[in-house]
Amino acid sequence: MSDSKTLIKIQHSLTQRNRAEARFHWYGRIAILIGLMAVALLFIDIVGKGHGAFRATYINLDIRYDADLIGIDNLSDTEQLSAGNWQALPKTALRERFPDVSSRRDKRRLNNLLSNGAGFDLKDRLLASPRLLGKTESVWVLADDDIDTYYKSWLDGNAYEARLTGQQIQWIGELHEQGSIKLKFNSNLFNRGDSREPEQAGIRGAAVGSFLTLVMTLMLSFPIGVCAAIYLEEFAPKNRWTDFIEVNINNLAAVPSIIFGLLGLAIFINFFHVPRSVPIVGGLVLTLMTLPTIIITSRAAIKSVPPSIREAALGVGASRYQMVLHHVLPLALPGMLTGAIIGMAQALGETAPLLMIGMVAFIVDIPNGFSDPATVLPVQIFLWADSPERAFVEKTSAAIMVLLSFLIAMNTTAVWLRRRLERRW
Amino acid sequence: MKLKSEQALELDESHVTVGQSFCDDPKMTMRNVDVFYSDKQAIYDVNIDIAKNEVIAMIGPSGCGKSTFLRTLNRMNDTVEGCRVDGQICMDGQDLYSPKLDVVELRARVGMVFQKPNPFPKSIRDNVTYGPKIHGLADTRVDLDEILEKSLRKAGLWEEVKDRLDQPGTGLSGGQQQRLCIARAIAVSPEVILMDEPCSALDPIATAKIEELIKELSQNFTIAIVTHSMQQAARVSHRTAYFHLGKLIEVNPTEQVFTMPKHQLTEAYITGRFG
Ligand SMILES: Nc1ncnc2c1ncn2[C@@H]1O[C@H](COP(=O)(O)OP(=O)(O)OP(=O)(O)O)[C@@H](O)[C@H]1O
Ligand SMILES: [Mg+2]
Repeated sequence: MSDSKTLIKIQHSLTQRNRAEARFHWYGRIAILIGLMAVALLFIDIVGKGHGAFRATYINLDIRYDADLIGIDNLSDTEQLSAGNWQALPKTALRERFPDVSSRRDKRRLNNLLSNGAGFDLKDRLLASPRLLGKTESVWVLADDDIDTYYKSWLDGNAYEARLTGQQIQWIGELHEQGSIKLKFNSNLFNRGDSREPEQAGIRGAAVGSFLTLVMTLMLSFPIGVCAAIYLEEFAPKNRWTDFIEVNINNLAAVPSIIFGLLGLAIFINFFHVPRSVPIVGGLVLTLMTLPTIIITSRAAIKSVPPSIREAALGVGASRYQMVLHHVLPLALPGMLTGAIIGMAQALGETAPLLMIGMVAFIVDIPNGFSDPATVLPVQIFLWADSPERAFVEKTSAAIMVLLSFLIAMNTTAVWLRRRLERRW
Repeated sequence: MKLKSEQALELDESHVTVGQSFCDDPKMTMRNVDVFYSDKQAIYDVNIDIAKNEVIAMIGPSGCGKSTFLRTLNRMNDTVEGCRVDGQICMDGQDLYSPKLDVVELRARVGMVFQKPNPFPKSIRDNVTYGPKIHGLADTRVDLDEILEKSLRKAGLWEEVKDRLDQPGTGLSGGQQQRLCIARAIAVSPEVILMDEPCSALDPIATAKIEELIKELSQNFTIAIVTHSMQQAARVSHRTAYFHLGKLIEVNPTEQVFTMPKHQLTEAYITGRFG
């Protein structure tokens, strides 16, 4: 056996191996590039469509808080207040701005510049400072969504005029020249619940609903999942039964989520008569859905605790329970938490099962508790995407942006928590 | 020639342990002990006494059942799925495998040091005080600190770590970690300490320290040590037990085992013919 021959053979195969390795590196890089591009495209598209929703069109009017006009004489009489004709305030002010408008039809068109919620905004203003009654004040009032769509598109240079008349466009032009129409931060988007009127619709209702549902889910699924994982991993005898359970947990993780929705409908709503559309039932259904994920990741985390630590604990006379509580759990906790947060992120984005249990209802009020009817962010996105009004397009994208930022925040928390808990040693 | 000697090393079926396997005042006694992993037998009919305050070394080729034997003494085998122990093992006349006995108490009385140093991923202090804490051996922090210092001193580690008691035990060197594990074991004041190749992961200097330690500890504790190093067995132990394929072949005072082994298998092993 001559050494030089072996050497030549090795060198020959070496070039081949190196080439294969370089190729492999490139496959990896290309795969990552494609992934990144897809993500970038998604973000560009959503931000491009949705950034407009963070600002809304407002019209500056001199509002005179005239008690006769509203039809009230006592600010503390709630019945009067709710019966009052608040919309008359901005309407009158706008008509004073354009005194030439006389025909009924034109007046109606002029009124259509305003959001029909503008009057109620003024009511809130007046109730907050009652001394305004009888006085005149310059106020930016909310414009109608068609005006909003037109004005934004006009500012961008490609005006979308389809839903307006030439006259309305002219009025807007005049207002623009006087500096009496402008885009301002859209606080409604973050402070209000859903609405039929796009300019008044906000995501707070859905965001609070999502939050409540997730809290419910986390409170149920984390303890149950962790306990199940600990029992299966540390205490359960290894026999046919536990094998059977293990297989079924894995199966459960693969069940399409809509099935869990149907299950929730059948069990929680039809059998236990939990009310529909409330975060409790949403949380219950999402718990069913996330439990397998949490159990599986928790078991993996428990398994990854080195056996030498367990032996060390048992060796100094710890009971099994003490071994688990003092040594296994602290080491497995970061993994368990990561699993839980991944499960929560899944739950946050889940739509299908919630449709089955009525969380798709049109709900204007912001939920105050676990038993108030609510919807959730992804369902809100679904509802808005399904609405015919053009103004909902940017709202949809804005809601997606909010949902994504929640997801990113949750995943960042997961990473941070993991680092934090692991850094201890 | 070679073939002939190998034949001579065959185990006779009706084997009896040669040498002095019994003593007058035993700490632990084992009678007719068999150990099975599922249906595979790992230990065959072992009979032996371990005297008070003695250091007994277990030697033998890899896979002969030394660790298995050792782990029957504090029922560490309970944690192994499918492991079964037959026969009788007693400490101070009390049956270790009787259902009345609590393993937790047993493991407090029979401590263990493992092959690979395995400190808890906690501070040095917590490593040592964990045992005393769970067993309620100290009422106050002062008592606990006393146990901490005493154990670390006995383990010869005090001077090296007294200024960094709150740093992680996993941050020590391998030899220090192993001594920390010994400190952890003696902190619960066990009567017996089992050591499974405690020096196999250590360099000669760390090994020498641990051996020194074992000699000192033997004044207060009964020690059973598994080792692959015959020199180590010769240096630290009073008696040496030689295992072969799950059978206890010979037990004798250490000098005798290494100078005049009675059984031919023992001789073959210590002269390096296999192992
Ligand atoms: N958990 C287990 N399950 C099944 N068989 C086992 C298990 N542990 C050990 N055995 C078997 O039991 C026999 C004795 O093993 P043991 O670990 O006691 O040997 P040992 O003498 O300590 O060897 P070494 O010197 O290599 O540590 C071996 O044949 C081994 O394969
Ligand atoms: Mg071993």
